[in-house]
Amino acid sequence: MSEMSYRDAIRAAMMEEMDRDPNVLIMGEDIGIYEGTFRITAGMLKKYGPQRVIDTPIAEAGMVGTAVGMAMLGLRPIVEMMTVNFAIVAADQILNHAAKIRYFSGGQVDIPVVIRGPHGAGVQLSAQHSQSFESFYAHFPGIKVVAPGSPADAKGLLKTAIRGKDPVVFLESAALYGMKGEVPDDPNFTVPFGESRVAREGRDVTIVSWGRMLQMSLIVAEKLAKDENVEVEVIDLRCLRPLDMEPVYASISKTHRAVVVQEQWKPFGPGAEISASINEKMFDELDAPVARVTGEDVPMPYARNLELLATPHEEHVIAAVKRVMYRE
Amino acid sequence: MGKQKSEPSTAVADIAACAPEWTEILRQMIFIRRFEEATEREFRKGKIGGYLHVYSGQEAVCVGILGATKKQDVVFAGYRDHAHALVLGSDPGKVMAELFGKGTGVSKGKGGSMHLFDVEHGFYGGYGIVGGHLTLATGAAYALRYNKSERIVVCYFGDGAMNIGSFHEAMNMAGLWGKQGMCPVLFVIENNGYAMGTAIDRHSALTDLAARVNAYNIQSEKVDAQDVFAVRGVADRVVSKMRQDGKPYCIEAITYRFSGHGAADILQPYRSKDEVEKQKHRDPILILRNRLAEMCGLKDEDVKRFEDEAAERVAAAVKFAEESPAPEPGELFTDVVAEHGPRPVAEDVSE
Repeated sequence: MSEMSYRDAIRAAMMEEMDRDPNVLIMGEDIGIYEGTFRITAGMLKKYGPQRVIDTPIAEAGMVGTAVGMAMLGLRPIVEMMTVNFAIVAADQILNHAAKIRYFSGGQVDIPVVIRGPHGAGVQLSAQHSQSFESFYAHFPGIKVVAPGSPADAKGLLKTAIRGKDPVVFLESAALYGMKGEVPDDPNFTVPFGESRVAREGRDVTIVSWGRMLQMSLIVAEKLAKDENVEVEVIDLRCLRPLDMEPVYASISKTHRAVVVQEQWKPFGPGAEISASINEKMFDELDAPVARVTGEDVPMPYARNLELLATPHEEHVIAAVKRVMYRE
Repeated sequence: MGKQKSEPSTAVADIAACAPEWTEILRQMIFIRRFEEATEREFRKGKIGGYLHVYSGQEAVCVGILGATKKQDVVFAGYRDHAHALVLGSDPGKVMAELFGKGTGVSKGKGGSMHLFDVEHGFYGGYGIVGGHLTLATGAAYALRYNKSERIVVCYFGDGAMNIGSFHEAMNMAGLWGKQGMCPVLFVIENNGYAMGTAIDRHSALTDLAARVNAYNIQSEKVDAQDVFAVRGVADRVVSKMRQDGKPYCIEAITYRFSGHGAADILQPYRSKDEVEKQKHRDPILILRNRLAEMCGLKDEDVKRFEDEAAERVAAAVKFAEESPAPEPGELFTDVVAEHGPRPVAEDVSE
């Protein structure tokens, strides 16, 4: 184990895989000479050269489309999106091509492409640079959607993504890049997809979350334990697709109450899917309707005070936990 | 920088015109035409569903270019893709079965007419989003060169694909990577004059399509693509050059589609019957046939033999498709992803 930031864990995962497999390469805007806007790729051009660390034009559809073509011919490209917001430009390549070629070809090709980059709200980046896309991508069969909430998971899940055979949208929480945590040193450490985990045990209420909201939920859980004698169990989904709900159901059969915490907008978001799944499977176990904590239903404003109003905070989670316990 | 030829090349290929290969090419073109006619018949009978885009009139483009490539090369096409699969060697029965939506189809009945796919024969797919596959082909070419291969990629698309963003992004990246010899992709514009029903002078600000790629540092030339000799001549020269230099190249193949855009395009309000009739005098099969008769003593009975043989092979393909079973219901859930999570939800697994 070493202490490592979320950012360094992502870089370590990529470099270990590039060392292991010459077919792994990375491409993106200003990832080489500039070393990446978030410095995830620092030092990589120097180590691996321009054929494996490709500075691309600002052309997201071109980046993803060429990566899909490379993957069909046996390479394992990683595409860095400067921010995941820009990947909408490549939506046709991700959703109409990467996600569907295996199916409409009758399984004749693998598409091992990883599309990764910073995701979610930052600080005063305003409407076009602050969005969350879990439900956008996880809606589509044929791709996998991963959202690590800790440095160890960032490394282990990214390695699974790079070694896999399917396209993966890898959503990094920009706000967690500086977060430090224990990360296994073993170059063969990976975290499988589709395995949600219990991030904190508790008996009273189940919180379901991922990414940055997971970390906020864990802080809230500690506060509630200290201040209210409420023990929250926190489930980290880690992947939105494939989505492993079993630990959520197991937890609810113990707590009988659930809160879903997500950064993005409420309508048609992951919380709606998770809540519906809980209702379908655990209706008789529930002592309260499933609560959702979400961002406000507006484009992200620039002004700091408005931005803070638009995003979910600890007090929203605390209020939701109290609501499902009828303690309001 | 590419020197733009303003007039289409009509040079006869530098290959002995009477080589047996040319009668084989005629045989192949006749077969494709009869195959496509059969698909139109079967569509009208309700045996083929969805969209159906046939290649009649454009045969010389596909046949002329793929005659110059090798078995290991990689081919991408748009949705008018039956001919490409057939020329590459896909089993006609399996191609027809795909159109019939049968489990024996080249794509297991999951793709249909627009998504023929046969990797074993180098066919990396027909694609249904106009221009979307151009970036794929560009990346595939990079991958080949990355692994020091001399294989090339051939990417077919229509004139209508040249106005969408993917086209420009693909061309720019191909041009860039080509500077390092890392992008041997042959872009073949199947310029049949129409983006579906919108004529070229109504869809393209600059109708000199070959010239447009020069803006991306890609060399290009035009060819009269109703003349398979001319197409093959250009292709032979260009393909061997690309294997050497690893650069992209573009051929604007000027051709004409005799059938409607798709099987539902019956009225064709965007062009006159006269125009179509006039173009039929330049039928690529007729042109080749006449030339072989004139220069190489091709006889009517030879052509009759090719016709009979084509009819027989097409009938066999239709019979195979007809008699093949529909895909197993369990196929609904296969090939979505390669690997599920360790605890997949029940409806995600077919086993």
